[in-house]
Amino acid sequence: MISFQQVSKKFGPNITALEEINLEVGDGEFVFLVGPSGAGKSTLLRLLSRESLPTSGKILVDGIDITTLKNNKVPDYRKKVGFVFQDFKLLEDRTVWENVALSLQVRGNTDLEINKEVERTLKLFEIWDRRSLFPRQLSGGEAQRTAIARAIIGKPSILLADEPTGDLDPQTSWSVLQLLAEINSWGTTVIMATHNKEIVDTHRKRVVTLKNGKILKDHKEGKYEIH
Amino acid sequence: MNFFGLVKKNIRRTPYQALAATMIMFLTFFSLSAFLILAYGSQKLLEFYESKPQAIAFFKDGTSDADVKAIQNALYQTGKISKFHYVSKDEALGIYRDRNKNNPLLLELVTANILPASLEISTKSPDDLKDIAGIVKKEPVVEEVVFPEDVVASLSQATKLIRTLGGSVVGFLVAFSTLIIVMLIGFKIRIKRDEIETMKLLGASNWFIRIPYLLEGIFYATIGAALGWLVTFLLLWYFEPVLKNNLGDAALSLWPITPLFILGLLLIQLLTAIFIGSFGSLVAVRRYLKI
Repeated sequence: MISFQQVSKKFGPNITALEEINLEVGDGEFVFLVGPSGAGKSTLLRLLSRESLPTSGKILVDGIDITTLKNNKVPDYRKKVGFVFQDFKLLEDRTVWENVALSLQVRGNTDLEINKEVERTLKLFEIWDRRSLFPRQLSGGEAQRTAIARAIIGKPSILLADEPTGDLDPQTSWSVLQLLAEINSWGTTVIMATHNKEIVDTHRKRVVTLKNGKILKDHKEGKYEIH
Repeated sequence: MNFFGLVKKNIRRTPYQALAATMIMFLTFFSLSAFLILAYGSQKLLEFYESKPQAIAFFKDGTSDADVKAIQNALYQTGKISKFHYVSKDEALGIYRDRNKNNPLLLELVTANILPASLEISTKSPDDLKDIAGIVKKEPVVEEVVFPEDVVASLSQATKLIRTLGGSVVGFLVAFSTLIIVMLIGFKIRIKRDEIETMKLLGASNWFIRIPYLLEGIFYATIGAALGWLVTFLLLWYFEPVLKNNLGDAALSLWPITPLFILGLLLIQLLTAIFIGSFGSLVAVRRYLKI
């Protein structure tokens, strides 16, 4: 369970990215975050990933306030959360296999476990034959599949996706969405920020609309409506 | 996680930086081992001469055994003498022949009559040598007295200079090398900033991110140290005949170089390298890797 309680984030005295956000996301939910650019979607995800701290308010994840986590506890928290980005953020000097394996290496898994799990995941995501390639040698869809594989291989309970289809063609975007939906069906909470109206409208999942740092709408089977 | 594999990969992907860092480290450790050997050698030479607080009195022709005995008795009474060694004319010729056995021309020209008999006088302390030499000089049968006061004084001065100069140069090079490590590792961290951010988001702990950089710094320093050590001993081995020839008997205090000394120096070098590498890298990760 994720709970934002009166969360505000300000950058300097004049810029308010988020204002008194109250939001609860249950375990295993799939939530679309929509809204115009600058609405606060990415800021909200960054707060949840503990990349930044709110100016005020609490963020509880499974009952723990992550805003008061000590710095040395942050890596443990982040192992519970997977991240997928628009620009993939793959490590350019590592192969597909190495990028995906990294998630398990930081968790301290043994080489045997890593080999077995990476092979299974790459096959599941249909990028096994790309395992020796570097990110620059991949198509957009393959790169995003690699990024998603890396995000979920450690079996996080939450998956945060910040416009994961932003740089992809419609067909690839659909395949990425299907992948995220499948991951959600395994019980992983998925929160996805997107501008893709077609995807949001088709999937009929919970949609939280942000505007000027506030929640404008929160519909259980919502649509992409940012006005 | 195979951190060593990661370090190997980092080095292979930036070979020129790795080469530059290793060369700087080599220079530092070559200087360090050279100065350590110089300091050790000069100290040993000094000890050699100091352990031989010896004045040599050369007698005029016709000096009798009784004259020599009388001088010995007079000197014993000062309480400063540790031992005497009388070298007769024949013994002196034997020594001369042994030293010049490879030069027949020099051997032909010299007979026992030409060489003076002498008395090697060892004192308990080098400080007493001057007084003893003064007493012996006054003896009418004594032609000349030589003692290594000047050698010891010059050597002592040289040893001090080597220590001061060597210490300063090595100190400077150690500081310079540490800064090079800081710069190099800092540079690598800066160009990998995005990668580090991603690793942090994946849940990598601070040390998981830091260790490869620390190991890389230690790697450059230890390779430089091992190379510096190796080249120093190769040079020492190459110049051994020349040095031995010039140092004469004193060379016995330096050679043979024991394996303990060789390995001891390697150990000192490696420990210093680990210190420089880890300290430099640690400063870099603390300065540039804000986690």
